[in-house]
Amino acid sequence: MPLPDDYLKYPLRRHGMDQDRYDWSILFRRKPVTWPQDARVALWIVPLLQWFPLNQTGKPFKAPGSLERPYPDYRYYSHRDYGNRVGIFRILKILDRLELKASVAMNAAVARRYPFLVEEVNRRDYEIIAHGVDMDHLHYGGLDPKKEKAQVEEAVTTLREISGQPVSGWLSPGRSESDNTLDLIAAEGIEYVCDWANDDLPYPIRTAHGEIHAMPHSLEIDDRLILLQYHHNEDAYAQQLIDQFDTLYAESENHGGRIMAITLHPWVIGHPYRVKPLERALTHIAEHKGVWSATGAEILDAFKKSGG
Amino acid sequence: MKSDPELYGYLPYIDRPKITWPGGARVAFWVAPNIEFYELKPPSNPTWTPPGRPAPDILPYSHKDYGNRAGVWRMMEAMDAAGVRGSVSLNVALCDHHPEIIEACVERDWELFSHGIYNTRFSYEMSEAQESEMIGDAIETVRKYSGQKLDGWLAPALTNTERTMDLLAAHDIKYTCDLFHDDQPQPVKVKSGRLISIPYSLEMNDIIVYNYDLSTPRHYETVIKAQFDQLYEEGGESGTVMCIPTHPFLVGQPHRVKPFADALQYIANHENVWVTTGREIADYYNEHCYDAFEKATAEFESR
Repeated sequence: MPLPDDYLKYPLRRHGMDQDRYDWSILFRRKPVTWPQDARVALWIVPLLQWFPLNQTGKPFKAPGSLERPYPDYRYYSHRDYGNRVGIFRILKILDRLELKASVAMNAAVARRYPFLVEEVNRRDYEIIAHGVDMDHLHYGGLDPKKEKAQVEEAVTTLREISGQPVSGWLSPGRSESDNTLDLIAAEGIEYVCDWANDDLPYPIRTAHGEIHAMPHSLEIDDRLILLQYHHNEDAYAQQLIDQFDTLYAESENHGGRIMAITLHPWVIGHPYRVKPLERALTHIAEHKGVWSATGAEILDAFKKSGG
Repeated sequence: MKSDPELYGYLPYIDRPKITWPGGARVAFWVAPNIEFYELKPPSNPTWTPPGRPAPDILPYSHKDYGNRAGVWRMMEAMDAAGVRGSVSLNVALCDHHPEIIEACVERDWELFSHGIYNTRFSYEMSEAQESEMIGDAIETVRKYSGQKLDGWLAPALTNTERTMDLLAAHDIKYTCDLFHDDQPQPVKVKSGRLISIPYSLEMNDIIVYNYDLSTPRHYETVIKAQFDQLYEEGGESGTVMCIPTHPFLVGQPHRVKPFADALQYIANHENVWVTTGREIADYYNEHCYDAFEKATAEFESR
């Protein structure tokens, strides 16, 4: 069967993007950003506290890290839950020693099940980012908008109530969105979204409830991706963090402030044999002059103040 | 369906006509950045649906967009530093979406060849008229934005039809990058006109190295250097071609750009390397080598 003729029609072939959520913009041609104390690199560490329910539906797809075996999959369930019981505390210890901040992206289910983790986050003045209801409540094209609205509300409200924090950041489980997600999170007072992987700095993104920002939560500097999906070893993981930082740090000399974003899954990086390589990489970064460890909300605030 | 593509004859790597590149170079070295536009909501093609999530699949979409906003500029800087011009495998709609990138390529005297209209519009199931229309669109768009004649083709998302090679030759396109059977250019059998294949290399392609071979950035530097060393050695007997196909959204990431830059510098620091473009390789081969290769292939096949 031949293709319909409109397969060769391109109604959105125009200057800029093929959608209206954000403007086309070249990173290296923007006004340079300045950080507080003239820092060169804002260090944004984002541990993810995730809960993968045992009765997972896996629909319409499985978020990365999902259960793999037939019910009851104790193997994967408990392995993921290890991050919330053990792994996160190894990460916190490193951050404490290096006096680094974090923005913890948390499923609402984690806050409900393990409020102790919320206390640990609050005690350190870390930020909480809303990471959806749990890892089986996805946001995706075709999701009933009413259902999605309820999911967003449940996630944001639960985390605000339990933490007492304003919660201004959002990370969708599996970084998946529907056409409505941005509008729905903005309606709940979310000011920045961490799902988009197209930039190294914040940029404005349009919603039905005004402009919010996309923050450059890292896709590639991600322990799960590098260690479990690419099967690189721990030393290669640490090397990539160091190489990422060195490039961004060098760029900041001529192009203004940069953001070094590090995504951490405590159920991946929090294992005994993996934490020292992480510590080594973070130490390399923290030892540089002009590194500003901050939360996503603080970085976004500084970005706006610097005229970004 | 055919059991053999019927696009080239068999000619073993040994005892071929000797290729002598300009200046007696051992290796013709070219870099082919894939500068691409992936649509957020492309129409579906009945033959092939790439794996993904329900639309809007924003994660791969935004990852690709990273290449245009950030990655391509780092990649260009690395290539400038090593004195390497790119031969751009271009989704030509990018000329309309992001002419700023095209201007930067033209300023650098880079070649633009075509990788279809979008990487999300596949050739599968196209009628002859539709495929011709797509090729004509690519020729016209590249001419309009760069003044260049379109000389090379890599099928969009590597989707071909049985007619593609004939249609390329009929549109006076000189070379295809879709055949991976050799380390030297080869004649391609077409109904009329002339078409050659130029080695483009899946093995050196950053997508393959990173996403299929699961290599580290520093290992990418190692394999590029090893590939070059071997082709350089063999180029002492007869000229070889080395290509590095790249994707700015991969190689232009901060943690990957330095190993790539260092590998380019390593190659550029060698003597007897012809740092060139696809078009220049095609022109030279057509003038100096094509006839001998066609003859040698015919003779070998008639043995």
